[in-house]
Amino acid sequence: MKAFAYARAAALADAQSVREGARIIAGGTNLLDLMKLEVETPDQLMDINHLPLSGIDAHGEGLAIGALVTNSDCAADLRVRHDYPLLAQAILAGASPQLRNKATTGGNLCQRTRCTYFTDTTQRCNKRAPGSGCGAQGGYTRLHAILGASDACIATYPGDMAVALAALDAQIVVEGVAGERMVAARDFHRLPADHPEQDNVLQPGDVITGVRLPAPAGGRHIYRKIRDRSSYAFALVSVAAIVTMANGRMDRVRIAFGGLAHKPWHDPEVEAALVGQVPDPALFDRAADILLRDAQGQGSNDFKIPLVRRALIATLIEATSNAPTGA
Amino acid sequence: MTAVTTATLTVNGTDRAFEGDPRRSLLDFLRLDLQLTGTKKGCDHGQCGACTVLVDGRRINSCLSLAIMHDGQQITTIEGIGTPEAPSALQSAFVCHDGFQCGYCTPGQIVSATAMVAELEWGWASDAGHDVADAPLFTEEEIRERMSGNLCRCGAYPNIVAAIRSTMDDPA
Repeated sequence: MKAFAYARAAALADAQSVREGARIIAGGTNLLDLMKLEVETPDQLMDINHLPLSGIDAHGEGLAIGALVTNSDCAADLRVRHDYPLLAQAILAGASPQLRNKATTGGNLCQRTRCTYFTDTTQRCNKRAPGSGCGAQGGYTRLHAILGASDACIATYPGDMAVALAALDAQIVVEGVAGERMVAARDFHRLPADHPEQDNVLQPGDVITGVRLPAPAGGRHIYRKIRDRSSYAFALVSVAAIVTMANGRMDRVRIAFGGLAHKPWHDPEVEAALVGQVPDPALFDRAADILLRDAQGQGSNDFKIPLVRRALIATLIEATSNAPTGA
Repeated sequence: MTAVTTATLTVNGTDRAFEGDPRRSLLDFLRLDLQLTGTKKGCDHGQCGACTVLVDGRRINSCLSLAIMHDGQQITTIEGIGTPEAPSALQSAFVCHDGFQCGYCTPGQIVSATAMVAELEWGWASDAGHDVADAPLFTEEEIRERMSGNLCRCGAYPNIVAAIRSTMDDPA
């Protein structure tokens, strides 16, 4: 690990003023891991753990979750478990209890890809070293993208929580040099295009201060995660779905996907194909056709294309059945 | 902003000063500076759980934290859980049920299980398949899911689960 200076933020302004080459640290489970690998080499760490951002509070008819709320505390909160079970399910499907005790809401959003070419400094990687090329293309791509990739980068966003936030129409609260602004969870992460080194839309001086959840909208909430072992593994694919039924038809549908792209994947055309329709496996299959219309496998991740089709169909069958399964 | 080079941690009830290179992980501080070698270094990347300690009663991977970040906090290591003369219920149960083979992961398993039992009592949900809104069940499935952050290369999992379960059936 490269040497760095350590400082504690006494106010949000300290966090906003970190210079280029410095990093904000909260839980640190991803950042310190990457610093050990020298993928991240900050010359200063700004510890924000003492800032008052660890509350979960009512906000209008919704909920405001502070950036320093741990994943454990968010998933244990009774309001989250009752009104936004998708969020609790997604958090609990990720990492291990030890990691969730440290990982924070803001830090989780900022976690880096687990592309093994990104984490191995002997490999080419446009995300780690812009312009160096992409070792993953033509290499080992089991965890890589089938949607929205670019010539520069085929990495995936690894998280679960952000996939649920995309389905829940959550907003990320960002405090920038020009004041506070809200960024839709669906727009927070970006596609790689020509700048895969930019994971998200944060600019210098921006600090995430929290997440806002809209008023509870009811419906059946299901987070289905498919991974190489039954616990403590990143998603190969995941589906976050909220479906509300009315008169035997799907009245409100929200679906986001993990493991498919450089960001939680949300496709309004998939939802539009389902709203107002009577649930039917053939219809769900057509929704998968829409989702996958531009899907592109990389070889060793080709399996994700049929896998996410089946995961979507199974999730929608469960979400629209009367059986009291899931949340 | 405060530039900082020191911290005071309460480790197993005793105040201990940290001063030095901020790169020092909490794990290395415990093992190398305090000679509390019960906490083990396995992967050093948060994947194996051998380094699990409690911080203010919550289990974390001490390899993925910096000692300097824990100023003012209470750290509990395996040495603070029990002693050979006065073992905790979980420590006795691991002996009774052969909850180990080589023993390297055992301190982390026991510290982690100590916190896991507390989390169940707090009513925390898990990914074991039950409705997250419901109170958790004290089942083998729940134990396996909740202990997934602790790996055992010997594969002593059945006996680890049996040891933990025995303390929940008959809390000593």
